[in-house]
Amino acid sequence: MKAVGQIAGKAIPFGRKNIDTDIIIPAKWLKTITRTGLGQGAFESLRGDADNLFDDPRYKGAPILIAGDNFGCGSSREHAAWALADLGIEAVIAPSYSDIFAGNAFKNGLLAVELPQEAIDRLMVVAAEASGDGAPISIDLESQSVTTIFQDRFHFEIDPFRKLCLLQGLDEIGLTLDSEAAIAAHEAKMEEEQPWLVPNLS
Amino acid sequence: MTKTPQALALTLYEKIWNAHVVEQRGDGTAIVFIDRHLVHEVTSPQAFEGLRLAGRKVRRPDLTLAVPDHNLPTTARRDAAGKRIPIADPESAAQLAALEANAPAFGIRYIDAADAMQGIVHVVGPEQGFSLPGTTIVCGDSHTACHGGLGALAFGIGTSEVEHVLASQTLQLKRSKSMEVRVEGEIGPGVTAKDIVLHITGMLGAAGGTGYVIEYTGSAIRALSVEGRLTVSNMAIEHGARAGLIAPDDVTFEYLKGRPMAPKDAAWDAAVAYWRTLATDTGAVYDKVVVIAAADIAPSVTWGTSPEDVLPITGCVPDPMSFTDPAKQVAAQKSLDYMGLHAGMRMVDVEVQNIFIGSCTNSRIEDLRAAAAVLKGRRKAANVKWAIVVPGSGLVKRQAEAEGLDKIFTEAGMEWREPGCSACLGMNPDKVPAGERCASTSNRNFVGRQGPGARTHLLSPAMAAAAAVMGRLADVREMTQ
Repeated sequence: MKAVGQIAGKAIPFGRKNIDTDIIIPAKWLKTITRTGLGQGAFESLRGDADNLFDDPRYKGAPILIAGDNFGCGSSREHAAWALADLGIEAVIAPSYSDIFAGNAFKNGLLAVELPQEAIDRLMVVAAEASGDGAPISIDLESQSVTTIFQDRFHFEIDPFRKLCLLQGLDEIGLTLDSEAAIAAHEAKMEEEQPWLVPNLS
Repeated sequence: MTKTPQALALTLYEKIWNAHVVEQRGDGTAIVFIDRHLVHEVTSPQAFEGLRLAGRKVRRPDLTLAVPDHNLPTTARRDAAGKRIPIADPESAAQLAALEANAPAFGIRYIDAADAMQGIVHVVGPEQGFSLPGTTIVCGDSHTACHGGLGALAFGIGTSEVEHVLASQTLQLKRSKSMEVRVEGEIGPGVTAKDIVLHITGMLGAAGGTGYVIEYTGSAIRALSVEGRLTVSNMAIEHGARAGLIAPDDVTFEYLKGRPMAPKDAAWDAAVAYWRTLATDTGAVYDKVVVIAAADIAPSVTWGTSPEDVLPITGCVPDPMSFTDPAKQVAAQKSLDYMGLHAGMRMVDVEVQNIFIGSCTNSRIEDLRAAAAVLKGRRKAANVKWAIVVPGSGLVKRQAEAEGLDKIFTEAGMEWREPGCSACLGMNPDKVPAGERCASTSNRNFVGRQGPGARTHLLSPAMAAAAAVMGRLADVREMTQ
């Protein structure tokens, strides 16, 4: 995973609530066997409207997406995180996320910043009004803050383990495999206490 | 802190969690052992590719089971000569071929698309006895919560986590909060497990369970068959909970006994003895408790594009302005525009052109029996253009045929299909045309879920059958009297 520290730029003032992963990337795009190229299908049903925010030249190249409550609900498809990344999104700012989406975002170095609705409301205004400026909104993971060119400053919370992994770009599987002895010990204990746990797959 | 005896009283969730912690970290993260991993074709190719790139093996192929379901067409899999019929869509074919190649390459047991055991992963796991109480079960699919109906801690994961489990047989997790949803009393006529879970979703909202593992308790839940319990737990994710749980009991054990992959003989007795220790202790504390009177639950349908948009079938489409949350007002208006409905319309006046009976929520034998009971001796209405019944597995299909249910469906003018995810999601040829409505026993009514522009109304198998006969959403209670 690549390290993530600071993200600054324009933000798409999307703001909608309960955006499910079928909206982020419809099922027909899930037939891929790679992680790339999904930006094309991202928000497909919304991008049918000529005046949609995702193709609005004012937000071209925006690395930040501002969304509403329960972002990424529904399907577990990690393609949603891949599609956002392929669209150039490096961070989402929303009041809450589905548990599975938050995990998928983290594993792909996509920041899922949680801020209360009042902060979202303010950032929506900043994103829309300052879209002509270079980088109206900045996120700094180290200090856990979101700032704007209008001197707004919002602090956000993040799980310390996830923060460390993101800042250092750590490979989670590698980290887990460092605990080989503990995993092997658990397996040995289970074999002893619950040998019936291994299914008959023949 | 001194532990009082009360502090030792544990919930079902805590017991399963504690039994699977391999290593606890100071920051609250734990490495948790995974007992069962179900793999399907959509969320696994990139995970296998990741293993290859890192030179890693599958740690426990003996705890892993692969079966194709999402992409498979539900039409015949073999021709008259017994030859396999190729998949027409090249992308679907490639994804299915990847699983068929990856499974043996990594030593994983693979159930072929034309095998009688094949079916939707969440139907196959319980049916084969692969899914067991007290185990941790994952799959790259959010409806993995389904297996919680057996008393397993089961949840959906993303592809990076699929790779993590393949490589280490563990996940790095934080313990969730716990919620008890207690449904007390007896459900009324025409009310099924699906209506219970739709009602719960309507009450809690699509995000009400976020951050929680929900245990469904109470006499109405206890009275459900295993099939019904799987239906309830299946949709835990629709109210935001990554996992649902129902304590295992004699009903569970009776269901599992003798299943091909379940423990046998002395091992079975040892397993049951252990499973009996799992129920939540008296005095154990949940972070949140919600109590529902079963008598308040009606046969239910959805009107919008979120599973929380639930109404009794006797209800009317709500006015978006009737919601207090301004964001919900906007969302509701968008939903009505998409659904082609207007405030005040009676749900029983909504005409449907398509019927889908199937999906990991409602494709088990009991579901098919419930639909057949309504359809017996009746025919679908003339305005219903497309009506399909898709059994959850080859074994469900055989059982249904042995009971003559397939005849009831075909005589009613419905198509009897091969097992798969089918019209639950737009990944295979079974799609609902844009602008048309579908009375669907699946789990999600999201925009475009059943195909671009498709309008979905979620309901139970009996209610879907009633809708097929009437050509509109209908109250099944009026048909069974």
